[in-house]
Amino acid sequence: MTGHAHTEAHAHPNYVKIWAILVVLLVVSVTGPMLGVRVVTLIAAFGIALVKAYLVAKNFMHLNVEKPVVHWALGVALTLMVLLYAGLAPDVQRSKGERWEKSAGFHYMSDAARGAMEHEGHGDKPAGH
Amino acid sequence: MSTKTIATTRSATGVPTGRLAVWWVLVSEIVIFGGLLVSYIMHRLGHPEWAEEASHTNTWAGAFNTLVLLSSSLSAVLAHKAASHGDGKRAAALLRVTVLGGLVFLVVKSFEWTHEIREGFTLQAGGFWSYYYTAAGLHAFHVIAGMGLMLWVAGTAAKNEELHRVENVGIYWHFVDMVWIFLFPLLYIAK
Repeated sequence: MTGHAHTEAHAHPNYVKIWAILVVLLVVSVTGPMLGVRVVTLIAAFGIALVKAYLVAKNFMHLNVEKPVVHWALGVALTLMVLLYAGLAPDVQRSKGERWEKSAGFHYMSDAARGAMEHEGHGDKPAGH
Repeated sequence: MSTKTIATTRSATGVPTGRLAVWWVLVSEIVIFGGLLVSYIMHRLGHPEWAEEASHTNTWAGAFNTLVLLSSSLSAVLAHKAASHGDGKRAAALLRVTVLGGLVFLVVKSFEWTHEIREGFTLQAGGFWSYYYTAAGLHAFHVIAGMGLMLWVAGTAAKNEELHRVENVGIYWHFVDMVWIFLFPLLYIAK
């Protein structure tokens, strides 16, 4: 294939402008958590990460003009991630359920961390600690 | 006389073969990085004490590297734009700028890791550090692979040949950038 055979007609957005928006979002994601407010930290860190990823996917990877088969393939992979989390999180993140309890050491938690959790009113203490 | 008989576009999908292959690779990469990141998130939520370990990562180094990768993505997409206009030489030059960005990223990472290892935060220092080095290390491996691919594509693009590869390698590089966009808050900001 020679140099010009590949070209597909799609408009090129102002890439420098998009880069500038991404840099501004980066600054917000770094400075936002400095306020020390948990909700602000979550939004600044992870909410902005989602926005940045969307901008990169849409404008730099040109997913907005890509064929549906690509969207479907990416969607299936992302769905697998969600299923993985939904399937494993109850076991990984909890120390005990209705009919099970992790043995000592399985879910190690330092005394300081356990104290902090108990102080916050979490009743789900790790087994054996 | 040698000829190259290749299917340039898959009729079933309407996507050029090379680009379809890149997307296929990325789908498998989502499963690899996705599994790792989901696993990290689950363990991180189950281990609040990891926040103390994460507090030792250098936010400014991570932020600078994010800026470097975002900028390298800009040069990669500008290379694609140049290639779509048939300007192989400019595309090659911009791809080499992108490689330079990857190099800066790795140099910063190596200084960062050297400092952390000297402080005693090794791969075996704890659960957080195991994930930190595994995720960042796997990502750095992808940066190195992308740099190699980009130099190869730049070589052919400079001769105005195989310009479709410029977009293909760019898509891969943007994915590597995107993975870092999620690694940055997970490893450097959530403390």
